[in-house]
Amino acid sequence: MDYVLNLILIIIVAIFVNNVVLAQFLGICPFLGVSKKVDTASGMGMAVTAVLVVATIVTYLLQVYVLNAFGLQYLQTIAFILVIAALVQMIEIILKKTMPALYQALGVFLPLITTNCCILGVAILVIQKDYDLLEGIVYALSTGIGFLLAMVLFAGLREQLDLIDVPKSFRGVPIALVTAGLLAMAFMGFSGVDGGLKILFGL
Amino acid sequence: MNNFKVLVNGIIKENPTFVLLLGMCPTLGTTSSAINGMSMGLATMCVLILSNLIIASIKKLIPDAVRIPSYIVVIASLVTVLQMVIKAYAPDIDKSLGLFIPLIVVNCIILGRAESFAAKNGPIASIFDGIGIGLGFTLGLTSLGAVRELLGTGSIFGVTLWGESYGMLMFVLAPGAFLVLGYLIVLFNKITKKA
Amino acid sequence: MKKLKSSLTNMLVVLTVITIVAAGVLASVNAVTAPQIEKINAENLAAGIKAVMGSDDIQVSEPWEVDAFTAYDIKDAQGQELGKAVVTTENGFGGPLKVLVGFSTEGNILGYTVLEHAETPGLGAKAGEWFQDKILGMNPGKNNFTVSKDGGEVDAITASTITSRAFLRAIQNAYDKIIAGQDATSGATQQAKKAEPSAADMGTPEVIE
Repeated sequence: MDYVLNLILIIIVAIFVNNVVLAQFLGICPFLGVSKKVDTASGMGMAVTAVLVVATIVTYLLQVYVLNAFGLQYLQTIAFILVIAALVQMIEIILKKTMPALYQALGVFLPLITTNCCILGVAILVIQKDYDLLEGIVYALSTGIGFLLAMVLFAGLREQLDLIDVPKSFRGVPIALVTAGLLAMAFMGFSGVDGGLKILFGL
Repeated sequence: MNNFKVLVNGIIKENPTFVLLLGMCPTLGTTSSAINGMSMGLATMCVLILSNLIIASIKKLIPDAVRIPSYIVVIASLVTVLQMVIKAYAPDIDKSLGLFIPLIVVNCIILGRAESFAAKNGPIASIFDGIGIGLGFTLGLTSLGAVRELLGTGSIFGVTLWGESYGMLMFVLAPGAFLVLGYLIVLFNKITKKA
Repeated sequence: MKKLKSSLTNMLVVLTVITIVAAGVLASVNAVTAPQIEKINAENLAAGIKAVMGSDDIQVSEPWEVDAFTAYDIKDAQGQELGKAVVTTENGFGGPLKVLVGFSTEGNILGYTVLEHAETPGLGAKAGEWFQDKILGMNPGKNNFTVSKDGGEVDAITASTITSRAFLRAIQNAYDKIIAGQDATSGATQQAKKAEPSAADMGTPEVIE
């Protein structure tokens, strides 16, 4: 029972309290770059979520059965980034062959994902936090959902911004950053929720 | 383009933080104080200079089709070496930068410069490009960190200016990173484009 | 020299060579830095123990563990019992808060140092200095070792009650488990357990934490 409550806690913390973009600053590039429209933003969010989960499973197994088993922990960064790069390529090829419709929707985002630091970041964090495989998968999935949520909220705000007369020197990125700051402030309202939940769950 | 121009280009015209907007994750994530921002900037600069140098020297030996994976291996090795050296000789920096040290690998500045500069120019020019862009990045991070530290805790580089009780903590926390960077970009544009 | 063609052999050879060179470089750098990293960690722990025991001339025993606590028996240079140093962890505001605390044989707090924390910079992160002049000499078995807001004797860090509670709880737990639990003759009277802050208390308005 405690294990299930712990998983629920991981989900809530990853989506709201320690939101990957707004609190941990991972994946900022796509957050600023592909957030002009809600539908592209949600496409990117879903692509990232999918890659996150697959990459976390593969890197976890790699860490446990190869790196730890042979005492090669110092090759972690290099092994993880190569695996992620190869994985993204593979997902792209497989999607293209088997699910052309989904590829149409997500395909354009895939090449951008290799250098999205939230993939490598989450892969490393799962190892650092000593999660087991299931916790790792849940963590990766909820981090992805947190990313998707931040992307969609932010894109919605930016769509509205288009209708407003923004001062000239603020147009483009600066006003987007200020907006992101306000959004981050809203998410700060969740801070401390995890402590309360922990007591509530009796963990 | 002479080497001096390459250097200045990286600091002003192609400033990675304020103009190219590359490497935003460490820019926002490590600048809660001036000293943290500066350490991150310098760490990135080390990797950038070395990766530019190595890639410019071996680019002829690398077939085009495996260009990117080869670059990634070179960059990831450099980052790992840096990570081990920092852990061994500067553990405090390791504590304050944490996860963002291995994430230098996916900093788009480094792969971007490898592709757009080192792959086309000689080793010496590439070193200067690395220094220029690296300095630009370091300056960007240090100034962002300094403003956040000053507004947030009333001190700069750890030296308290305005008494202990002062503090607008929002600037040290996540929202402050976005807000201060937004305003600094406006300021940078005003200065460089009007002058 | 001309650029190499992208033939399959070329690609395989180049990638293999680069990877082998990279792995070799990393292995050799690792061989140099790994002992240094271990040395630094050991030195930090030794320096931390000296600092929290308030003495440089000490003998430190092998660590022993009770539940999640790691304890070291400390003797002075003459072999006289000085007390114990305990590593204790509690959930703070932003994540685990790991504290090394030194107790005298009577269970009085000789010193402490925060080993690891993820508290808010400028607020909870102040715990490293904040309690230095407040809790030294106190005894968690005799003093009411909670924040004044909960009726205790310790002033909480301004606007960081949760961090402060976690910090005090970490030390209290270390005391209960290691000092009072192991050494009944130390004269530390087991107090009636003080009320832990309940979920309802968390609702008290605070600035940020």
